[in-house]
Amino acid sequence: MSLLVKNGRVIDPANGVDGAQDVLIVGEKVERVGKNLQAPAGAEVLDALGKIVCPGFIDIHVHLREPGHEYKETVATGTRAAAAGGFTAVACMANTSPVNDNRSVTDYIRAKAREEGAVRVYPIGAVTRGLRGEELAELAELAEAGCVAFSDDGQSVMNAGLYRRAMEYVLPFGVPVISHAEDTTLGHRWTMNEGVVSTELGLPGAPGTAEDVMVARDILLAELTGAHVHIAHLSTAGAVRLVRDGKARGVRVTAEVTPHHLLLTEEAVRTFDPNTKMAPPLRTKRDTEALIEALADGTIDCIATDHAPHALAEKEGEFDHAAFGVVGLETAVGLLLDRLVRPGLLPLATLVSRLSRDPARLLNLPGGSLAPGALADVTILDPEAAWTIDPARFRSKSRNTPFGGFTLTGGPWMTIVGGAVVRP
Amino acid sequence: MATPVPRFREKAQVLDEAALDRALTRIAHEILEKNGGASDLAFVGLRTRGVTLAHRLAARIAQIDGATLPVGTLDITLYRDDLGLRGAPVIRGTDIPFSIKNKTVILVDDVLFTGRTIRAALDAIIDLGRPKAIQLAILIDRGHREVPIRPDYVGKNLPTSRRESVAVRLREHDGEDRVVIEEPEEA
Amino acid sequence: MVWTRKHLLTMRELDASEIVLLVDTAASLQEIATREIKKVPALRGKTIVNLFYEPSTRTRTSFEIAGKWLSADVVNFSAGGSSTTKGESFIDTAKNIAAMSPDVVVVRHSSAGAAELLARTLPCSIVNAGDGAHEHPTQALLDLLTIREKKAHFDGLHVAIVGDITHSRVARSDIHAMRKLGMTVTVAGPPTLIPPFVQELGVKVSYRLEDAIRDVDVIMMLRLQHERMTNGLIPSLREYSRYWGLTLDKLAKHARPDVLIMHPGPVNRGIELSPEVADGPYSVILDQVAKGVAVRMGVLLLLAGSKGGAP
Repeated sequence: MSLLVKNGRVIDPANGVDGAQDVLIVGEKVERVGKNLQAPAGAEVLDALGKIVCPGFIDIHVHLREPGHEYKETVATGTRAAAAGGFTAVACMANTSPVNDNRSVTDYIRAKAREEGAVRVYPIGAVTRGLRGEELAELAELAEAGCVAFSDDGQSVMNAGLYRRAMEYVLPFGVPVISHAEDTTLGHRWTMNEGVVSTELGLPGAPGTAEDVMVARDILLAELTGAHVHIAHLSTAGAVRLVRDGKARGVRVTAEVTPHHLLLTEEAVRTFDPNTKMAPPLRTKRDTEALIEALADGTIDCIATDHAPHALAEKEGEFDHAAFGVVGLETAVGLLLDRLVRPGLLPLATLVSRLSRDPARLLNLPGGSLAPGALADVTILDPEAAWTIDPARFRSKSRNTPFGGFTLTGGPWMTIVGGAVVRP
Repeated sequence: MATPVPRFREKAQVLDEAALDRALTRIAHEILEKNGGASDLAFVGLRTRGVTLAHRLAARIAQIDGATLPVGTLDITLYRDDLGLRGAPVIRGTDIPFSIKNKTVILVDDVLFTGRTIRAALDAIIDLGRPKAIQLAILIDRGHREVPIRPDYVGKNLPTSRRESVAVRLREHDGEDRVVIEEPEEA
Repeated sequence: MVWTRKHLLTMRELDASEIVLLVDTAASLQEIATREIKKVPALRGKTIVNLFYEPSTRTRTSFEIAGKWLSADVVNFSAGGSSTTKGESFIDTAKNIAAMSPDVVVVRHSSAGAAELLARTLPCSIVNAGDGAHEHPTQALLDLLTIREKKAHFDGLHVAIVGDITHSRVARSDIHAMRKLGMTVTVAGPPTLIPPFVQELGVKVSYRLEDAIRDVDVIMMLRLQHERMTNGLIPSLREYSRYWGLTLDKLAKHARPDVLIMHPGPVNRGIELSPEVADGPYSVILDQVAKGVAVRMGVLLLLAGSKGGAP
């Protein structure tokens, strides 16, 4: 079985390719990339004229909710949402029920992914048992079972001593600890960013400092231990500065940013729409500007959606009672093309890199490259497609997005996993 | 929100300053005659021009009889039967700083038309207490009654068509004393 | 000036002329309280639902009386006494109430934005009777009516709002309304009870009671909730009352002789106000309460009395 993708513009940052090329896929691997390739006998030919052909996009921060919260999302629906959004692989967080803090849960997720997954699924294991922040999970066995990183995402590990031990313990496995950086003592029952908007709305806020303090701690612990710490969903200018400084000093710190933190500010909360409520909260214009700059200059390594599906009943009521989080898999690529690349805030090739090569390197995942012999995971974009975000048409089980009704130009066109076109 | 108001132009003058003055004097005399004097009388004028007319009638009675009669102000917005059909209400308030109990209340308005305003005013007055009697004094009765209301004192009966409008202009509000009939301007 | 809004949700969204119209309307309606028969037929056939998710006898009662004096049918729905104890969500309860076709829903809720949420969800008019620490517009209106009766105007007055600004919906509604009407507002309290960036709402900030009350026309004292102590915002009630409690002595030393003392109630006598001040000559706290019904009548009348719009 082979597939020839013809006439597209290939952007493959890992191999320095940006130009009109054809991509020949044989079986599950890339055979070669070049000009005017001939289709072998029996090959399917895909005309990608006007389209952009990239290494498959990888989202290293999603919540698939299975096991335990299948009413919000499942491996089947979440991976279909990923494919529809142009992602060929996702890494899923451990805050399921039961928590992915032991091998049986990891095995379950991987089995589900094999049976029902539309894209590749990489589980992330819990750092502490039950995400309680009290004692380490069985990290070695989780790594052996296939966890590609460790995180208590959703919670901060407030105990610095314990977090230090986690970083040390995972050193031999070559996987990072992913930090949900939030000093929970700095925002009492917060629901949004602390600032002039929270003051006007009378909603309890958490200052950006709650994130900065923890990012600083985790960078210092990474420096102490020599471990790789990855900061999830960076949201403040202060944290950007700390990461930039840490990298300059040679600390093994990496960071991701979500589309919503790049594109929205606390002003969006004025509607009291619970779909503007997430952790970390939407910040200020100063923060989004710093995040975009950091994404462009490489201080922030990759884009991740923090796809956090919730049922309608959890997101339609009072703002302070609503669940934290928004879905992102089906909106990310279109939003970033339209709101960052189109106005010239971020080069297209950089966006492709931050969605493919960079996350693959960060978690040592296969993919992120169209070199001969690489996995034939390919994301094809249509840069001219005009569309409107309609949550009713999501493949995800959940509809909790603040971007409903946004009109965009550009979006995912086709998703190929292991040489096969995925039709979500 | 409101439909465009048609513009009106003056069609004919009904009362000039002297005639208006004579009409009020005559009503004042009739009030005294009908009630056998000024004792236990009180005026309640309907906002806005009814209040002005009530003050003028009270002054006239003071000249004739020497009695100082109280004058109250009634805002019938809260009693209208078409509240809600007219956009948001504008309340200017009722101010009747005396008891109407056992008084003969002379209700005063400038123009009597369908009678619905007076119907609302009767409800409003009765909610304030139980007067001995209520009488109605009107400067212009233009006909077209929709409820059984009949004035006790009339300055002038004026047959009109429904499309016409009667404008009572008073010095205190309009800088002149006269009454005119207006008709809609042709488009 | 004619009222055109469907809801009363915040003071922030109103302009000065709308606020004045609300105050004028309330002022005109005060007369009804002095009548022998305290009832006018203005809202006959209208249904008003009081949806109260927080206990508030005073506000709920004044909305109830206001509705009844206007001849509306008033239904009280208090959380705890009804479906909410069975775990029904706010939004489900609201939708069930909407199915009964009320003309106005008056809502009090501990969550900021609850009134906006209802306005987004239900087809009828919504009145915000206090949502979390966000806004309490009818309280601001009765504060304004009280001030205007005593001072005859708004423009140029200086008001000090003292106490727990962070958690006060009254402070927010007052600040928005007073600023729009040309008043100067100083907020004062320990820094832990002053919300961040509050200056951006156009107010001055003072961290000393003696400074804050100097040369002001009105002092609005806020209630201190006891739980602020457990959250580490103040060390003790004793200390708070010593530095932030208003006493006759402090008034005599620092405030003007014609200053008005206001409080949205209920008063913690001996904490934010000494009893001599709360019940003393400067205090207009009972005037505020007395204005509550007229203000709520005005609001209900303007919202429910304009239903249907122009013919």
